[in-house]
Amino acid sequence: MLNQYPQTAWQPSADIVTLKKRAQLLRAIRDFFYHKNVLEVDTPALSHAAVTDQHLHSFSTCFNDPMSPQEKTLFLQTSPEFAMKRLLCAGSGSIYQICKSFRNEEAGRFHNPEFTMLEWYRVGYDHHQLMAEVDELIQLILETEPAERMTYQQAFQQHLKCDPLTASLDELRLLAGRYGYQDIAANESSRDTLMMLLFSQHIEPHIGQERPCLVYEFPASQAALAKISKDNPLVAERFELYFKGVELANGFHELSDADEQRQRFEQDNQTRLSLGLQSMPLDKHLIAALKHGLPECAGVALGIDRLLMLSLNCASIDQVTAFEHHRA
Amino acid sequence: MANFSTNEFKAGLKIMLDGEPCNILENEFVKPGKGQAFSRVKIRKLITGKVLEKTFKSGESVEGADVIDTELDYLYTDGEFWHFMNNETFEQIAADEKAVGENVKWLVENDTCTITLWNGAPIVVQPANFVELEITDTDPGLKGDTAGTGGKPATLATGAVVRVPLFVQRGEVVRVDTRNGEYVGRAQK
Repeated sequence: MLNQYPQTAWQPSADIVTLKKRAQLLRAIRDFFYHKNVLEVDTPALSHAAVTDQHLHSFSTCFNDPMSPQEKTLFLQTSPEFAMKRLLCAGSGSIYQICKSFRNEEAGRFHNPEFTMLEWYRVGYDHHQLMAEVDELIQLILETEPAERMTYQQAFQQHLKCDPLTASLDELRLLAGRYGYQDIAANESSRDTLMMLLFSQHIEPHIGQERPCLVYEFPASQAALAKISKDNPLVAERFELYFKGVELANGFHELSDADEQRQRFEQDNQTRLSLGLQSMPLDKHLIAALKHGLPECAGVALGIDRLLMLSLNCASIDQVTAFEHHRA
Repeated sequence: MANFSTNEFKAGLKIMLDGEPCNILENEFVKPGKGQAFSRVKIRKLITGKVLEKTFKSGESVEGADVIDTELDYLYTDGEFWHFMNNETFEQIAADEKAVGENVKWLVENDTCTITLWNGAPIVVQPANFVELEITDTDPGLKGDTAGTGGKPATLATGAVVRVPLFVQRGEVVRVDTRNGEYVGRAQK
């Protein structure tokens, strides 16, 4: 075996100059939050509970607890969201974290199964105030012009001449068919899957080319953990940041209703079962914490590796991580 | 033939699409943070040579294509078929006009070609990257005239027409890159 070992496989996939830039970037982010009095926290990567979203796949592992006869399944977290919200409920005030997040079934030019995420929560902010802070950080790090803003509906209308909030499944199928996705459209029963396909392939490449673009008011069906808008029940108070074809951050005006959160988790698990996926153990601690009370807040997760890719003009995530997953 | 799931897609995998064997050139993983994952694949249809992009939902599978590349020596044409031989087994195979296509102009007797077989039948004939052919016709041009850098057209023994420098004359053997049809130099005697 040893003589088949490629000579350079031990070496980092990012060069040392890039790794120095990475260190500078992390330091600049920590300075940014230090000056704003946002507290750095460190929450577990392993949890008894896991995300229920059908499109997120958690790694699981087995814990042999020396103090217990039973083996326990633990899940590597796909983001630090649940634990950080519990800290908010416990009265932490505004917090941020830079940590590894783990997602199974994700690898590619913009994906590595483990990646570095910056996640932060601002108590008393709504999604608009948080969008302004995201913009401030991006201007600082990437030296960009202020971000452009548009709603999800505007983006669809402008680029695809379609209203995503009212278009029926059949209309979206027809539209997807016109863009060459007849095979996918023919069997697709989810409006959201078609919208995500059209958005990622025919809107994302065109927005945020000159300056970053903040897209907000996602359809309520793609709310994830965001509040539904009081003014318009068709949209959720969720936003995403795009720059040069890269999806860089996702934020919410956070859902604080414990019962609604439990219902969304249970609904997710029903969907999982109907798709032949395993249902996931709900985070009971998060539900209990929300019952205790989540302060009014907004939160956002931002991919550090992608931020560095944009800052250094790198085409692949491998070039900014010390050892991409093949070399790990 | 086996089915292949999107996570087995990689450059060089041969799959069936719209009833035609295709070669995967690139596979890009596309996934919104909160959504369905897709594979955006760049493929070449092997018979028509057309390159296109196709998007699959992650986890979808498609039928593989029984396609292999084999190195054979070109023997001769009888006008209807072009005959090739495996130098080790001496087995012969005949390719039709559709399989030979435009590359007919680069077929030189005894040169090794790459023949793509689909279910055992030839669908593509790829000549060697470089072939040497005699010039059968070209304008004499002026000796020493180096002002015109564009060169002049020359017809080769197989009928192919390439641009050659002005000093190259009829009867000379030239080396040509078959991938772009460009003159490389005069053949070494």
